[in-house]
Amino acid sequence: MDFINHQLFIKDINVHIDPILPKKTAIITHGHADHARFGHDHVIATRQTIEIMKIRYGDKCAKKFTPLRYGQKYSIKNFNFTLYPAGHILGSAQVLIEKNNHRLVITGDYKVGKDETCKNFKLVKCDTLITEATFGLPIFQHPDPKDEIQKLIRSVKINKNNCHIVGAYALGKAQRVMNLLRQQKYNETIYIHGSLEKLCQYYSKEKINIGKFEKVSSKDKSFYEGKIIIAPPSALKDRWSRRFPNPIICMASGWMTVKQRAKQQGIELPLVISDHSDWNELLDTIKKSKAKNILITHGQEDALVYYCKKQNLVSKPLSIQGRSDEEIE
Amino acid sequence: MKKFSSLLHNLILTPSRNTKIKLLQDYFKILDINRAYALAILSDQLSFQFIKASKLRELVYEQVDQHLFDYSYDYVGDLAETISLIWPTNKEGKSQNLSTLIENIKKIKKSEINKEFSKVLSELSNNERWTLIKICTGGLRIGVSERLVKTALADLYNKSVNEIEEIWHGLEFPYENLFQWLKNETSKPKIDFKKLFHPMMLANPIDEEKDFKRLDANEFQAEYKWDGIRVQLMVSSNSVSLYSRTGDNISSAFPEIIETTKGDAVIDGELLVGRNFKPSGFNDLQQRLNRKKASKDLQKKFPVFIRAYDILFYKGKDLRKLSLVERRKYLEKFQKENTTNQIDLSTIINFSTWKALTKYKNNFYDDLNEGVMIKLKNSEYLPGRKKGYWYKWKKNPKLVDAILMYAQRGHGKRSSYYSDFTFGVWKENELVPIGKAYSGYTDKELLVLDKFIRNNTTNKFGPVREVKKEIILEVAFDDVFPSTRHKSGVAMRFPRIHRIRWDKPINEVLSIKEFKKEFKID
Repeated sequence: MDFINHQLFIKDINVHIDPILPKKTAIITHGHADHARFGHDHVIATRQTIEIMKIRYGDKCAKKFTPLRYGQKYSIKNFNFTLYPAGHILGSAQVLIEKNNHRLVITGDYKVGKDETCKNFKLVKCDTLITEATFGLPIFQHPDPKDEIQKLIRSVKINKNNCHIVGAYALGKAQRVMNLLRQQKYNETIYIHGSLEKLCQYYSKEKINIGKFEKVSSKDKSFYEGKIIIAPPSALKDRWSRRFPNPIICMASGWMTVKQRAKQQGIELPLVISDHSDWNELLDTIKKSKAKNILITHGQEDALVYYCKKQNLVSKPLSIQGRSDEEIE
Repeated sequence: MKKFSSLLHNLILTPSRNTKIKLLQDYFKILDINRAYALAILSDQLSFQFIKASKLRELVYEQVDQHLFDYSYDYVGDLAETISLIWPTNKEGKSQNLSTLIENIKKIKKSEINKEFSKVLSELSNNERWTLIKICTGGLRIGVSERLVKTALADLYNKSVNEIEEIWHGLEFPYENLFQWLKNETSKPKIDFKKLFHPMMLANPIDEEKDFKRLDANEFQAEYKWDGIRVQLMVSSNSVSLYSRTGDNISSAFPEIIETTKGDAVIDGELLVGRNFKPSGFNDLQQRLNRKKASKDLQKKFPVFIRAYDILFYKGKDLRKLSLVERRKYLEKFQKENTTNQIDLSTIINFSTWKALTKYKNNFYDDLNEGVMIKLKNSEYLPGRKKGYWYKWKKNPKLVDAILMYAQRGHGKRSSYYSDFTFGVWKENELVPIGKAYSGYTDKELLVLDKFIRNNTTNKFGPVREVKKEIILEVAFDDVFPSTRHKSGVAMRFPRIHRIRWDKPINEVLSIKEFKKEFKID
């Protein structure tokens, strides 16, 4: 495992995983902005991740693209790379790296729970596991997303003169919320912030059931009474949200577990819907991977490192520059 | 319990005052005993004798690994929320009434608390557990003041909130007489005012730019602002009692006041330590605070007196509707009739322009007054912090530049941010901490500091992060005293971050020697 450094860089063959700065060869786990960046020479990723990158950054965001199917092996010198579903968002992948019988898995962002908007997480056994730890504290135990989405539907029914603005990341979370609403038989048109439009169209094209949606336009204020509007979190505090009638500000995020966080952000209706694994899922994955060597990145690593050491696993935090430990997508 | 806990959940998340009032009113519309429990909880009058924060920690350590709990608590910044989230449970029991639940908990024997109360916690939903722990630890901090609860009740029944305020401290659980009067079934509850703490009149900070243009100096008088503790002294022929600002009876801690005071009145004043009515500073007063009793020795070493500001009752007569000037006449009369070595009168400063008042504000009068109070001459004595009557104008604070050394996450609304800062000055080639501050910065500065700390941590000690010594903070503080408890030998009073000194190199920061010299500490 010493072939990869703390920046997820494999020096022998000059390959990076999810690099922040433009590099020669980059393997991209998924399309979120803290993983997929503009300007690499060669991007290796799933077809969907590549297409999402092109939507977000333009067709020329890299010089060369190599799409890989899940499970398809790709070799560079004596290194073999295989992508497996991570269950995080559409196109998201874990990276298995094999060299001389050593199997190393970089999970990228992942969740174990069911999600109709992407391929579900596949457990990959390995010797070294580099896992994310966004919700790496035992206080994070995600509830059933169906119950959370029901809270929204109930509130819409009760507060007929209000509109509900749901803060959700433009890529992944927004479409997941839409899909969850559809699963719960909410069949009204869902209104979306302009920045979500292309990605929603892409999800529709990929046959993800997000139902009927429409871009918010300058209609009469009262038109939006009783409607659900989905917008990126940054728009909630913006003047943009003031054009709506008595908005009830909602947010779909794992962070909403903590009331104090919801309050800080001015969220009135928190919906605990996460695209990351919760504490128990992280522990379960670590255990089932059979890895003896656990590196932890991306979030609340201290508690998880402590836990692993207690289980007699070799474990240390891996700090990756340019990643803040909170409020990531 | 479900209903009450969702009330609290909604209250904490609702920014709008009107919505909060509406939520409270919807709840108070229920006509059973539960609303009395709710009122007691919302006004912080209900607690369990054996179950406090330390007990809760003990219980949670029985359930989860201590380190994992500590990491989580550090992250969440709220004990009730951390425990409610981390508590292992899957089986919710049958939902109970708020009143039943509380009475059942009260019945638990001390020896069985660990087992029985843990069982209660396990059977609640997350949100109910959060509510119950909040009740145990007291001080809900859900953005609802006692005043707002009273306002909601008053509006619901078309009464004035001041009417409730007046009788509030004479009411007792389960508030039958209050609810009956609110519904006009009986007359206003009769309260023995002599035994009742009267909510104090408080001042707002003055806005030098706006207020001085707007206000006519001739309509105001001023007094020095003293840095002691605000008290209410109730004197009658058969008893004397002393209350703190929050209505706690602190009589037993200050026997010399209780034993010597005579007369029949309710006095508002400042409790200070000193001899011959010469205050000797907050550090000395601190020796007398938070004690249930005071030994003879302590009384001798740190004698206390009261500097009287105002009078609310005189010989059974309610003076609160009179003007400040009229009340002062009664106060002087009381003082003349009952002269003791424990009460003197606050001096009135006469001035004709705001500019003229400045020199009194900044007068470093033995360095002990904190500034001045500016009071409308014809103000009634009104409970609470009403705008337009009383103002406080504080001296400019003392300032020192110090180097940011350590940071810790904040609590409550600042949880998640590194918002508690320890700063220090030089001692030889090392830094020695001189204080800790968690306020004063702007939201923007907080974000900058938070980011700096995350990116420049050099060491972690549990929740505390040591950072690169690069950032200089200009720290404002009210005063500084010698202290044997701190390595630096100094303790600051009310330090806060004034600004970040981007312009100054760290080697220009004072040494502890220079610091002590500048602020006259031996």
